[in-house]
Amino acid sequence: MDIIIVVSIGIVASLLALIVKEQNSSIAFFVVVVTGIIIFLFVLQKITGILLLIEQLGERANVEGLYIKTILKIIGIAYITEFGAHLIRDAGLSAIAAKIELAGKIIIITVAIPILTAVIETILHFMPGG
Amino acid sequence: MLGEAMILFQIAGIGMIVAIIHTVLKQMGKEEIAQFTTLMGFILVLLIVLGKLSELFQQIKSVFLFQG
Repeated sequence: MDIIIVVSIGIVASLLALIVKEQNSSIAFFVVVVTGIIIFLFVLQKITGILLLIEQLGERANVEGLYIKTILKIIGIAYITEFGAHLIRDAGLSAIAAKIELAGKIIIITVAIPILTAVIETILHFMPGG
Repeated sequence: MLGEAMILFQIAGIGMIVAIIHTVLKQMGKEEIAQFTTLMGFILVLLIVLGKLSELFQQIKSVFLFQG
């Protein structure tokens, strides 16, 4: 019944944010931020179990550790980027949010460069006379 | 989880109390002190939120990126 806890915290937080917003909109934004942080921390504990499973599966399938590490890094970067971009878009600054998303995409590509080069090398290896 | 949710009520409470203090001081005609109170409340909440945020980032780092 974890989802009930999360949903009720969300409802309570939105009520609080609506009430406080009338008097003090900057602190209402902090209420929203803390709600995001609490829910994210809660979900992160569950994600740890899933990641352990993925690692074990990768070991059993003889996937190289570097690749799984890179994928996990990419997932982490994507989560952080989404978190920040949504918060900032909620605050009404969608221009900065778009820039954060752009930065997230570019950083993900830089992290993925080793995998990309491995793929390209494999393809070149298959090519005749390459 | 529910214990951590108390921080929400804390922040909302600080916001409302600061708003009340602001209104009272404004009624008394002390505009500067009212502004100062609002700023102080903002900084107080900012400190709380920054603590939580750093905790979140540490956790994400240790889960996804395999470092301290």
